[in-house]
Amino acid sequence: MSKHSEVVPNSTLTDDAAAAWGRAGFSRRSFLVGTGALVVSFSMKGALQTAVAQGPFEGGTAGSPPLSQLDSWIAIAADGGVTTYTGKAELGQGISTAQIQLVAEELCVPFERVKLIYCDTAQTPDQGITSGSQSHPTNFNQKNLAQAAATAREALLELASKRLGVSADQLIAADGVIRAKSDPSKKVAYGELVGGKKFEIKLDPNVKRKPASEWTVLGTPARRPDMPAMVTGQFEFVHNVRLPGMLHGRVVRPPAVGATVVNVDEGSVHGLPGVVKVVVKKNFVGVVAEKPWQAIQAANKLKVSWSAGTGLPSHADFYNYLRTQQPTRDTLLVNSKDVDEKLAQAATVVKATYYCPNQMHGSMGTSCAMADVQGDKATLFSPTQGVWPVRNSASILLGLKPENVHVIFRRGSGCYGLNGADTVTYDAALLSQAVGKPVRVQLSRKDEMAWGENYGFAFVMDERAGLDAQGNIVAWDHESWSANLGNRPGYSTPGNVITGTLAGFSPEPFMPRSPAPEPRAYTNNSNGVPSYVAGNVGGKPQGTGTVKSERSLTHNIPSPLFTAPLRSPARLQNTFAHESFMDELAARAKADPVAFRLRHLSDERLIDVVKEAAALANWEARPSPKPQSHRTGVVAGRGFSCVAYEGENGWAAMVAEVEVNQDTGKVTVKRIFFSNDSGPISNPDGLRNQIEGGALQGMSRAMGEEVTWDDQKVTSVDWESYRSLPLGFDVPEIKVKLINRADEAATGAGETSITIVAAAIGNAIFDATGARIRQVPFTPQRVKAALNQTLSQV
Amino acid sequence: MSAINLKVNGKVHAVDVDPTTPLLYVLSDDLALNGPKFGCGLGQCGACTVIVKGQAIRSCITPVKSVEGAEITTLEGLGTFEKPHPLQRAFIEEQAAQCGFCINGVIMTAKAFLDKNPKASEPEIQQAMSGVLCRCFTNVRMLRAINRARDGMTTEGRTREAAAK
Ligand code: FES
Ligand code: FES
Repeated sequence: MSKHSEVVPNSTLTDDAAAAWGRAGFSRRSFLVGTGALVVSFSMKGALQTAVAQGPFEGGTAGSPPLSQLDSWIAIAADGGVTTYTGKAELGQGISTAQIQLVAEELCVPFERVKLIYCDTAQTPDQGITSGSQSHPTNFNQKNLAQAAATAREALLELASKRLGVSADQLIAADGVIRAKSDPSKKVAYGELVGGKKFEIKLDPNVKRKPASEWTVLGTPARRPDMPAMVTGQFEFVHNVRLPGMLHGRVVRPPAVGATVVNVDEGSVHGLPGVVKVVVKKNFVGVVAEKPWQAIQAANKLKVSWSAGTGLPSHADFYNYLRTQQPTRDTLLVNSKDVDEKLAQAATVVKATYYCPNQMHGSMGTSCAMADVQGDKATLFSPTQGVWPVRNSASILLGLKPENVHVIFRRGSGCYGLNGADTVTYDAALLSQAVGKPVRVQLSRKDEMAWGENYGFAFVMDERAGLDAQGNIVAWDHESWSANLGNRPGYSTPGNVITGTLAGFSPEPFMPRSPAPEPRAYTNNSNGVPSYVAGNVGGKPQGTGTVKSERSLTHNIPSPLFTAPLRSPARLQNTFAHESFMDELAARAKADPVAFRLRHLSDERLIDVVKEAAALANWEARPSPKPQSHRTGVVAGRGFSCVAYEGENGWAAMVAEVEVNQDTGKVTVKRIFFSNDSGPISNPDGLRNQIEGGALQGMSRAMGEEVTWDDQKVTSVDWESYRSLPLGFDVPEIKVKLINRADEAATGAGETSITIVAAAIGNAIFDATGARIRQVPFTPQRVKAALNQTLSQV
Repeated sequence: MSAINLKVNGKVHAVDVDPTTPLLYVLSDDLALNGPKFGCGLGQCGACTVIVKGQAIRSCITPVKSVEGAEITTLEGLGTFEKPHPLQRAFIEEQAAQCGFCINGVIMTAKAFLDKNPKASEPEIQQAMSGVLCRCFTNVRMLRAINRARDGMTTEGRTREAAAK
């Protein structure tokens, strides 16, 4: 991974923004060096080029406790209490419980004795962003937190050996006490060995880990320590942080995309109760008041004149827009260069196009943050997924030195990716800086949905494949179009989210590139490569399937709306297309969809989850669609799908059983069967919780969620205009089979289930009715339209 | 601004606020309660639910003046760490949460419903929870917890109430 970079040149910034960079004390090279998250360099024509560095970011910003030092991770107090510091945040996914289990296990102490401190730039190491199903791979395999806990145990054994005069291999650690195997009365407690002192050693890369066969804490369904406080209303979310003398802020966003401030009439709120200040910075406008309701009323009354917006492309025609804009940035993931030839020779060629809209994170609570900026120092309480990146990017926004910005994570509403967390942190920071007092900001529902979050990506995907006379796939071609604007702000790009751009910074620039260069290394972390092809790059098949003739090409264009990762970004959309298309191919080959998949897979772990899900569902082998006698009323069907998430970061398969009302187009999912392999299971109950939640969230996204807009602005701005499934609906029965692979590396598990839901449901609709639905969400109108089309073909 | 007496979880508080302020802001800001949450401010999600005179209401759209003097119960008023309400206990038993932001709305809506319908069937409970959101989609566990609490409340609740009398 590249560790060097250049700073964005001043020319791409507004004057204000450039001045802020200067005030923040950044030399042209200083702050990006070593962060590795965003590589910025100059193209030949002087235009900016940015690219996200390959591979998961391992952290270690200047100022962070060093990742290689044990004391950055673990401290043991005189009473034997263990404090653990981690850079992976609890977002509701249960990772804090699993991390406590990990440390308790490796250190041989009870679960209750471990206190976990996460994501505070004054205390915890920089581990980048908590995202991308990377927390388990990063902290549970042989590095970082896991290595720290094991290193600590071995160091304690060494110390005990000296203290007790017994060789380390004759000692045994349990319950925070080390005893001689031969004489248990010879013992010493951890607290006595290091209590309150530092270890002052480095992590040992070769340290022995506890084998899963000896686990007593990991692998058990340990309960979440936060539950009692949450159910009794005692839990402190970021929304509940209260500082003495704090004020409340409200932002005033533009009425149309691209509209800029012409004039702000501060007199319009003059004399309103509680109003402290109107704040304007470029196109960022906000009001600070003593109480939240006063801030809301003042913001509603504030007269701002805005320029006209820059307009939005037609929503109805957006997919066409995506595939026709120029220039594009093109990427080839695999290219055997014989796809056209093989397709020309094939007995049958099948083609289909699939569509996924922009969707929202749509957090339950609107985003909220608290900032206290006084003079040249700032303290930010933020629900961000990356405290260190926010520390650096907010320091640019505020014109402060990064070491003077202290970011403390406080839990927000579940985010599922980049919701409004970073933007609202900037909102609070800008308002607090303007008044020199602590300011809390919680966005309105409309501001969250239209002007708070970066949306998940819209995709159009063409699939083409050839079948030979025996119904084997001989070639597969995947081509996709998507758009993006902004991203996570990372360490250096506050303009990647709405508030940063409003305040005068720029998002990452778009870098056209066409034609795409030939792939040099195999990566499938976008799941752009279907599971059934060989993934041959550099003469080595690295995919999960057998089809040798393969091409996967993506085109990217600038998006009219801000975008960023939403749970299973691109992976979900690509997988919807691949897995629906695989079903179409199976139907064309008149083959059973499960058997047809198995015929084209080579990856053992993917094969296993496919078989397990089919077994769990009592899958009846036969081709789809199911012969139905009637074309009206309710019919039932089942569909299959599977994924090797990011190619190798979790394996999952599912069966969905649905009922389709052919008169109304209403689809009811009755049962879901799910198999999952994420390596060794840290906490089976937590894993099930993630899988169940992902399955139903995937269902909501498949059935109803879509960002909409008119020619000026986003129109899905509340829970009426953006449809989420509620808590109480016909919730399907969900059966989960967990495959535990104790000796494998830990993979992600938070995004496996959501990735395969839409295809399984779509395939089940086809099985039930013979109608193929290729556009998400599957609203009753769309299903009805697909049914009518099928009828007209009969 | 005007002085308003609010009776929350059995305690009377005098607050000096704009009488049109939605109750939620007064509970969160003036009374520093963490239970009720702002989710939408539009009455669409349930996050702000409190119980007034046995009725689950959405405090984000209820002017504070309109509940002056009424008995208001928030999640904090249901039970404590030591003595959780059967619903609270059931949520712990089922580990029915992810981020937990919706829990207030879910438990308070379920509480008001079960108090009136102690023998509600599963589909009736689903129906009662159809106006509440959980964006983490912890539906399976939460509905299971409510069903569990219903079973617990019918027996246990009776005994407890009897004992209290
Ligand atoms: S916050 Fe009151 S219903 Fe959503
Ligand atoms: S647990 Fe996160 S919204 Fe319900």
